[in-house]
Amino acid sequence: MPANIDTILFKDIDEPGLNTREVYERRGGYEMLRKALKMEPSAVLDEMLASGVRGRGGAGFAMGRKMSFIPKGTMDKYLVCNADESEPGTFKDRELMQKNPHLLIEGIIIGAYCIGASKSFIFIRGEYDYVADILDAAVAEARAAGYLGENILGSDHTIDLVVHRGAGAYICGEETALLDSLEGKRGNPRLKPPFPAVQGLYQGPTLINNVETLMNVPVILNMGGAEYAKIGTETSTGTKMISISGQIKYPGNYEIELGMKTRDILFDLGGGPLEGRTFKAWFPGGSSSPVMPLTEEVLEMPYDFDSIAKAGSMLGSGAIIVFDDSTSIVDVCYKTAHFYRHESCGKCSPCREGCNWTEKMLVRIKNGDATPMDLDIIESVCNQIMGNCLCVLGDAMAMPVSSMIKHFRPEFEAYIEAKREEAGFGVAIPQTNRGAHAGPGPLLQPAQAA
Amino acid sequence: MAIDPSKIKRYSHGSRVPGWDEAADLSKDPSVVPDPATTYVPDHVREAIETLMAKYPDVRSAAIPAMFIVQREHGWLSPTAMEQAACVLRLTPAYMVSVASFYDMFELTPKGKHDVYVCTNISCSLLGADGVYARMKDEMEGDPDFNVRAFECLGACDIAPMASVDGVYVGPLTEDDCAQIKADIKEGREVLPDKQLAKRKAASKHWNR
Repeated sequence: MPANIDTILFKDIDEPGLNTREVYERRGGYEMLRKALKMEPSAVLDEMLASGVRGRGGAGFAMGRKMSFIPKGTMDKYLVCNADESEPGTFKDRELMQKNPHLLIEGIIIGAYCIGASKSFIFIRGEYDYVADILDAAVAEARAAGYLGENILGSDHTIDLVVHRGAGAYICGEETALLDSLEGKRGNPRLKPPFPAVQGLYQGPTLINNVETLMNVPVILNMGGAEYAKIGTETSTGTKMISISGQIKYPGNYEIELGMKTRDILFDLGGGPLEGRTFKAWFPGGSSSPVMPLTEEVLEMPYDFDSIAKAGSMLGSGAIIVFDDSTSIVDVCYKTAHFYRHESCGKCSPCREGCNWTEKMLVRIKNGDATPMDLDIIESVCNQIMGNCLCVLGDAMAMPVSSMIKHFRPEFEAYIEAKREEAGFGVAIPQTNRGAHAGPGPLLQPAQAA
Repeated sequence: MAIDPSKIKRYSHGSRVPGWDEAADLSKDPSVVPDPATTYVPDHVREAIETLMAKYPDVRSAAIPAMFIVQREHGWLSPTAMEQAACVLRLTPAYMVSVASFYDMFELTPKGKHDVYVCTNISCSLLGADGVYARMKDEMEGDPDFNVRAFECLGACDIAPMASVDGVYVGPLTEDDCAQIKADIKEGREVLPDKQLAKRKAASKHWNR
């Protein structure tokens, strides 16, 4: 196992009682808050800008820049921590919040001080009930110690923090849908612009950041932004929590330095494939990132925001899902499409209808009722979803599905033919036409074929 | 709880009346906020919801947490439950239902007391979650105490295949664990203590390498 893992956020994460204020303070907790309160908010912001830390939630937008978009002034501003971690394959925030809730609270207070927000929220998904209880207890402890509430630590700043439980909707992880949900509505995304930084929660400027990003705030302040930027690669600074899952020996959360080689992640950390199998492909950043076959070239690729983007996928939330040769790509594709069909909020037609059609076509493929031409239709549906909706949920279905078809087309075609045989339909496309996609010949009824 | 499809009431155009078939009075104006003088709300429910309302700048924000409170109180979001929440929040029941129907964790039909959510998303299904779910359903089908549902990713792929039993995450499950889970719940024991996620160490420690 490589030496440089679990160095910052995950360092001593299993220390008994780390979730209590006493132990957290003994380990130097809330010192950075005291330091921040002695600094000007703009000086705190400068440290964040210097660190170059990018959002850990999925989009990878520079956190310091996002903070700098919040207007100055005395209006009601809000800070919302996005803990609605619902992306399949992602489970880093759950472990971080469960084991070290005070680090998150400290990060939120410093962030709120930096942008001048007096009210902050943690929007946690409803399924994480036991984690929310831990957060509630930690917030109560912080309030009792004077870190939260009016005039924190004797300064003239007032910061309040509310832990808000969601009720089970993937879309609420999208920032504007999250705001709608927090306002007590159905979680529908909003039109952007105006961006939340200008007009967000209750129409006020709002900063929304992921749990892991906010937890990095005290760390950056401690190290100094310039020092933090030395970790990782030039454009992907810092450490990243990665969640490895799927058909791999040692699944779990690991903290790595960005830029680590994919091979080291999958074989040294993950322990390689299960007994007697070989890796087939992976989702590099959650189920919404395009799938990549695990070729030698991919295994040599450094794991950071830019290298993966260059290779045609995305780092997203750092959730690695691996599957091996025992798994049919069609099943993975169907599960993905089914999930997004279920979670589409229904506001924009391309996503609402497109996800539905895609799932139906995949069911048809599984039932042996499809022809290879359906793959082209799926691709064209996916193309028409991408970029045509208010949020990226539709794209999140279209990207993995079309990438799977792109990389594994022969497997899809073989699957379709095999299932047609099984169901008693004839060969879909005569061998001479294969690849030309001239369309299926007259369909045989099962009775006739038999 | 399984519901007999033939007993589900439908409007003339074919849409079902969600959970409101029996008790809802459809002749009532949906835009009326329940009258506090005539609506009975238990004191502890009222108090809990009012505490929530004080936390947010806008009372609507308290709608979702308030529905959790009444759902716990009544077992599901029955028309009475909704009316109580709406009465305290000064919102209409129609608004409450419009919000509740969006979210997976709100039940607009009567359900069993114990929630067993089996994750059947990608990571879990790669390791056999569909089999676990089928077995779990076989095990608990027809027992009115249980509410077994296939759920989308619950955010615990490190213990795939997993389930959330009344909010307690357990995994990795085998099909044989399903009977044990049922027995544990029935007898009020801790569910699969060895397989609880909350007790698991960070991955690099857990695998002991």
